[in-house]
Amino acid sequence: MSIATIEKPTIGQPVQQMAEKAPETAEKLVIFAWSGELDKIWPTLILATTGAAMGKETTVFFTFWGLFPLVKNQVRLTGENWMQKMLSMMNRGGDMHLKLSKMNFAGAGPAMMNHLAKEHHVASPHELMEVAKEMGVHLIPCQMTMDMMGLKREDLIDGLEEPAGATKALADAQGAITLFI
Amino acid sequence: MSITIAKSLDLKGLSCPLPIIKTAKAMKELAPGQLVEVFATDPGSVSDFKAWAQTTRNPLLESSQEGGVFRFVLQKKEI
Repeated sequence: MSIATIEKPTIGQPVQQMAEKAPETAEKLVIFAWSGELDKIWPTLILATTGAAMGKETTVFFTFWGLFPLVKNQVRLTGENWMQKMLSMMNRGGDMHLKLSKMNFAGAGPAMMNHLAKEHHVASPHELMEVAKEMGVHLIPCQMTMDMMGLKREDLIDGLEEPAGATKALADAQGAITLFI
Repeated sequence: MSITIAKSLDLKGLSCPLPIIKTAKAMKELAPGQLVEVFATDPGSVSDFKAWAQTTRNPLLESSQEGGVFRFVLQKKEI
């Protein structure tokens, strides 16, 4: 008769080794900018620029309403058919024409907010967009929404990366901190 | 031998996230081991600089306050 002994693997040790090996901080930050309002784009850009300052590979993927802040401020009308044109009439693009999601008061709200921001030396979304580009944040517009909303590449600001799709966005988001704003 | 400050940043009056962003930019230009001192007035910068130093592994050598002005001394990490 022979006796076989099976040694149980110790659970504690590999976990400890893993903890030593893997850094606790994610190396990447990916933000899905879905909203086009001042009070959403602002924190999006604050977090994106800060992520880059923390040394994270940072990407902002702009989709749906989030695309309109990327329209050049001097471009008033976008779209090819009447529906797309109507959309841009009702929802002017540009990072200097953002509305508040509450207390907009036909533009009085954002005007007051911008005044307060200046008073407290808070960088505006327009300034933060420039900082983001300078710091190498990847700013990617969503190709599908551009097509649907009738936004052409030349309607959008310079310094953006090639328009891309959901697969590229999710591939970038692998192993990253992800935020949907 | 006293350690000399390679760069001094006056970021008084600026609000989040500018103090961190301007500091991060300035540190890129430093050589490993060099020091930067930062003056700021944003009370949030106390926890921000501590967190930034920890995540980027650039040691925060000093975090002090005098008359409403915060002073931070950071050392660029050795690669």
